[in-house]
Amino acid sequence: MTGKYSRRLFLTLGFTSLIVSGCEKGNQNTTTDTSSGSSSGTTTNTSAGTGSNEGGAGGKKYKIVYIPKNTGNPYFGAVEDGLKKAATELGYEYSSVAPATADAGAQIPFIKEQAQRGVDAIIITPNSPEVTARALKEVMAKKIRVITVDADLTGHEDSRDAGILPTDAKTTGQSLVELMSGLTGGKGDFAILSATTDAPNQNQWIKYMKDTLQGPKYKDLKLVDTVYGNDDSQKSQRETEALLTKYPNLRGIVAPTSVGIKAAAQVVEGHKVADKVQVTGLGLPSEMRRFVKNGTVKKFALWNPSDMGYLAGQIAVGLLKGDIKAAPGTTFKAGSLGEHKFGDKNVVITGPPLVFDQANIDQFKF
Amino acid sequence: MRFREIGILVFLVILAGATTVREPRFLSAKNLTDILLDIPLLMVVAMGMTMIILSRNIDLSVGSTLGLSAIIVGFIFKSNPNFPVWAGAIIGILVGLLLGALNGILVTWLRVPAIIATLGTLNVFRGLVFVVSGGQEVGANDIPPSLIELSRTSPIQLPWIVIFAVLVTIATHLFLRYTRTGREIYAIGSSPKAARLRGIQVEKVVFLAFTLTGGFAGLAGIMYASRYGFINPLTTGAGLELSVIAATIIGGTNILGGSGSVPGTVLGCLLLGVINNALVITNLSAFWQLAIYGVVILIAVAVDSLIRRQLERAAVDQTR
Repeated sequence: MTGKYSRRLFLTLGFTSLIVSGCEKGNQNTTTDTSSGSSSGTTTNTSAGTGSNEGGAGGKKYKIVYIPKNTGNPYFGAVEDGLKKAATELGYEYSSVAPATADAGAQIPFIKEQAQRGVDAIIITPNSPEVTARALKEVMAKKIRVITVDADLTGHEDSRDAGILPTDAKTTGQSLVELMSGLTGGKGDFAILSATTDAPNQNQWIKYMKDTLQGPKYKDLKLVDTVYGNDDSQKSQRETEALLTKYPNLRGIVAPTSVGIKAAAQVVEGHKVADKVQVTGLGLPSEMRRFVKNGTVKKFALWNPSDMGYLAGQIAVGLLKGDIKAAPGTTFKAGSLGEHKFGDKNVVITGPPLVFDQANIDQFKF
Repeated sequence: MRFREIGILVFLVILAGATTVREPRFLSAKNLTDILLDIPLLMVVAMGMTMIILSRNIDLSVGSTLGLSAIIVGFIFKSNPNFPVWAGAIIGILVGLLLGALNGILVTWLRVPAIIATLGTLNVFRGLVFVVSGGQEVGANDIPPSLIELSRTSPIQLPWIVIFAVLVTIATHLFLRYTRTGREIYAIGSSPKAARLRGIQVEKVVFLAFTLTGGFAGLAGIMYASRYGFINPLTTGAGLELSVIAATIIGGTNILGGSGSVPGTVLGCLLLGVINNALVITNLSAFWQLAIYGVVILIAVAVDSLIRRQLERAAVDQTR
């Protein structure tokens, strides 16, 4: 009797814990990584500006922190390289902290913690405009400068001083279609492998790609499908394999996400169809090197994320010193990147995407 | 074939049929190969999970074990590009065995309930992944090409990683079915008390099951690197435990231990592989995929238990 009872209890307990464990996993990881992220990030980077004599106004050394979407993403590592480069030039104290997962609210405790620590500026790649904006607005009220990098607080632009975007969505969409057209001779079926269904950047680029395809120059280029790999390599590879199955005449795949393009390249290489199906899109040179060298991928594009980081560092210090006024239409000089301009809603565009191929890929480290 | 496996087999056939109606290319050789290549990883880990669940335990840490083994081997390859692949594979398996043994010690000697112990190590191992990697990914440039070839080439028509999975599966089947220790796992799951009274060394057997499962997860880590061509600290292996437990339970293994079989688990893995494939090739809205995935699993288990009950009733009627 008791045996049977305890057995049933075990079952219920087992299941509840199973569910709880599933739910808690995200949080748990975040906490695990808070320590590893801040310890590795902060300690290695704090010294970045020490060598320089150029302090802030009145010899004050500005504390600037960068909060990427999540840890372990080499793309944000490249943004950090730019921020570190600006730190050595301008002499600010640089650090970086990040949550383990890119969940909507995951950055909020980090934002509050950094404000508490007394940083002068927070540079952030927000996970979610709505959720992050409120926390940032509170921070701005404490006279901390806030700059977004790579993604903007669309609809909540008053919650940051300036927003740095890689390139405008329209140019990106056009460049991607142009790349696909060049690789396929302007003819044939192609598909898009995107990130998540709700990824704002990707959705905008896809929209402009579709607009561009309306042009007479691309009348023989046909977009047959848009699939979503959720920026998970396993799902992205599965989606790519399904594309090859569903469309035997497929000539190309455009993946406007660094995870997607890698996955697509891996599959096309594995199925030995690189001569038939052209893979292109947005990717990191460091991750794509093997595929470009062995001919699986002929060309792909990306803006320079370290330029964005560098620009963010320059703007942050300029704003803190008062050398730069963030107002639409104003121009300013951003160190070695030259003149840039605040556009509508204080958006700063870094520059057009770079195209990588066998000839130039070795020059890029990120 | 026993009742348990028939239900799931019927559902598999229905699902495959429905998918083929919607997309005839489901049955193309290319697509079937894709499915076959998608499941070895799941299958290898599920072999361990079957042993563990049979012994009335659970291991939630398998995904993190896979991740930690993979990232350690990945960084070895990254810093020594000429490191032999076979040696890397052995290190991966050894790391897995070690982590599995740790789970075993917690569960048997320290008497921490398996669900709590492995929930803890799930996080500890994942945390160590970040410590080892510093948050950095091991990318396509750092995985040796010969390792990647293991999921593309083979002596026969099936790539190496499929062969590995089949070997592990056969070995587990033989172990559970024909060795004394294998039968003891069933006995422990049916009733740990009775098993002890019969003189079975429960701790030793359970420890062995956890250790082997860790080793399987380590092997799966190498297979992951081969198949996906990169190891990411955050995503590699994350959430795998739930798919593996699902495959095992769908395959008819009793969550309370004592009954279940390797062929059942194989069918469970196959079913998950077919569902994953069907979802992407039938052009279902991406917004619905996750929900449909869950619903199909629930239907699978429901259909299975329905058929099983019918068959059992029929069997009872016959004996009357």
